[in-house]
Amino acid sequence: MADPMRIRAQVAGDKATVRVLMSHEMETGLRKDAAGKAIPAWYIQEVSAKLNGKSVLTAEWGASVSKNPFLQFSVRGAKLGDKVAVTWKDNKGDTRTDEATVS
Amino acid sequence: MQRKHTLFALAALAAVATTGLVTGCASRPTPADLDAQALAMIKASFRDQGIAKVDRLNQDLGQAACSADKPPSDDVALRVEAEALASIRWPAGGQYIGDWREGEKLAQNGRGMTWTDSSAAPSANGAQCYNCHQIGKQEISFGTIGPSLYNYGKMRGVKDVADPDSAPIVQYTWGKLWNSKAYAACSNMPRFGHARLLDEQQLRHLMALLLDPKSPVNQ
Amino acid sequence: MKPFSWIVTALALAVSVGAPAQQKSAADGIAEYRRMLEDGNPAELFEAKGEDLWKTARGPKKATLQRCDLGLGPGVVKGAWVQMPRWFADTQRVQDLESRLLTCMETLQGFDAAEIAKTGFDKGEQATLAALAAWISAESRGQKLALPQAHAEEKRFFELGKRAFFFRGGPMDFSCASCHGEAGKRIRLQDLPDLTKNPGDGIGFAAWPAYRVSSGEMWSMQRRLNDCYRQQRFPYPGFASDVTIALGVYMGVNAQGAKSIAPALKR
Repeated sequence: MADPMRIRAQVAGDKATVRVLMSHEMETGLRKDAAGKAIPAWYIQEVSAKLNGKSVLTAEWGASVSKNPFLQFSVRGAKLGDKVAVTWKDNKGDTRTDEATVS
Repeated sequence: MQRKHTLFALAALAAVATTGLVTGCASRPTPADLDAQALAMIKASFRDQGIAKVDRLNQDLGQAACSADKPPSDDVALRVEAEALASIRWPAGGQYIGDWREGEKLAQNGRGMTWTDSSAAPSANGAQCYNCHQIGKQEISFGTIGPSLYNYGKMRGVKDVADPDSAPIVQYTWGKLWNSKAYAACSNMPRFGHARLLDEQQLRHLMALLLDPKSPVNQ
Repeated sequence: MKPFSWIVTALALAVSVGAPAQQKSAADGIAEYRRMLEDGNPAELFEAKGEDLWKTARGPKKATLQRCDLGLGPGVVKGAWVQMPRWFADTQRVQDLESRLLTCMETLQGFDAAEIAKTGFDKGEQATLAALAAWISAESRGQKLALPQAHAEEKRFFELGKRAFFFRGGPMDFSCASCHGEAGKRIRLQDLPDLTKNPGDGIGFAAWPAYRVSSGEMWSMQRRLNDCYRQQRFPYPGFASDVTIALGVYMGVNAQGAKSIAPALKR
């Protein structure tokens, strides 16, 4: 099971700013190891975010996103105590979901 | 009676004071002690790795003289400079100048001589000049540990490197590249020729970069 | 073409032709890039891991590190980082964080410290050390460096560290001072702090451990010193060897009062 994400969601007015740090190698598949062999591609392909169970963001990522990616977005209509859930899925089929409370 | 007691007390005080002094000296190392301890600590703390061997910690006169937070005395500095000057190998056939295009490539290349480099041969090394110097105007990623070398030849009035009037500058530049310490005992600049970091042909290319009137450095 | 728009176009052209010198915009650009990176420091991922490793029963003795003494008493982590390296009575040695963690991992958890010291960075228990360093330094974030110099050995190590700092060697005659002995210098476009003095809050010794974006790695101070020596063309410094600890004392004492921003973010 991959390492947990760090999610912070802070409300300001009628919006909440959500900051997510994901732990992932994001291997492009173009790098070569010391023996000259290509290191297999391993990167997040889909990201989605839900506010209280309702989808608010979907994204398709590729190999150009860096290792340990940082994602920031703002959600309108978020209130204190609301639940934000972020999910990623990578090209190996591995997936991870973590949750945070809007504060 | 009282005088005897006073004398005895004074003697006792003196004895204690002397003991205290002796103990104090023994427990506090002198600067020379610390120098020796530091050297021993350094020697014991490193190991060989790849091409970087522990014999790299053996210091020559100049390295040892310039290893303090203060510069060496004038006579030591002069001795270091004299030895360095005497070590300079002048180029074969009096050919000082190569190709400035190759010089620019060498100046940009900071690789070589670390424990992750596979060979210590000059052909595997760059001259790393831009790490410390501004050289060509186009390159904005330059360091400031050394002075700017922009317009190096032009500023020194070198219009023709073969002209006898240019000889002193040409020779100084070669000497500085070969063994920088010949002109400044504690120079921060590596001794590219003397330490076998670069070969004659590579140094000729750097000479061209700095002195060839056609080099972009002198435009 | 209308006269007004012609003037606007001419002005726009004039502004672009008269643009400021290339150097300023390069430095501005890099500063802007660094500001953009400040949010979302992946070091936080390592902090979380480090806290977990501190509290998890591990090793042959299946014990946690919660009784490890980092200088302020067993288990006291807050504030410990900014007082290291320091003298430890139980080992009779001046130790930095990594050295002290090796001691605790061996005595409390039964790990082989010598084996860990020989292990390459980021592999096996070295990865544990990097995560622990991230969390432990985070527990002192914002605090001022206050390395103790009360014990004779702490003073001696400062003096040894100073001599090591100025020691010239290797095929390029480099010492730490070659790059870090003067203020206001840079190598290429990388500013170099003067480590013979206090270079300011969050700079130099006060900026490590740090996450290096360019390689995606969490670097402890031991890792930083190791790569310094590699670039100085020196042989390989032993992990947590005396020379590395002495240098930590020298730099840390010089930076007395500077606020630690560890774990920081670097290019």
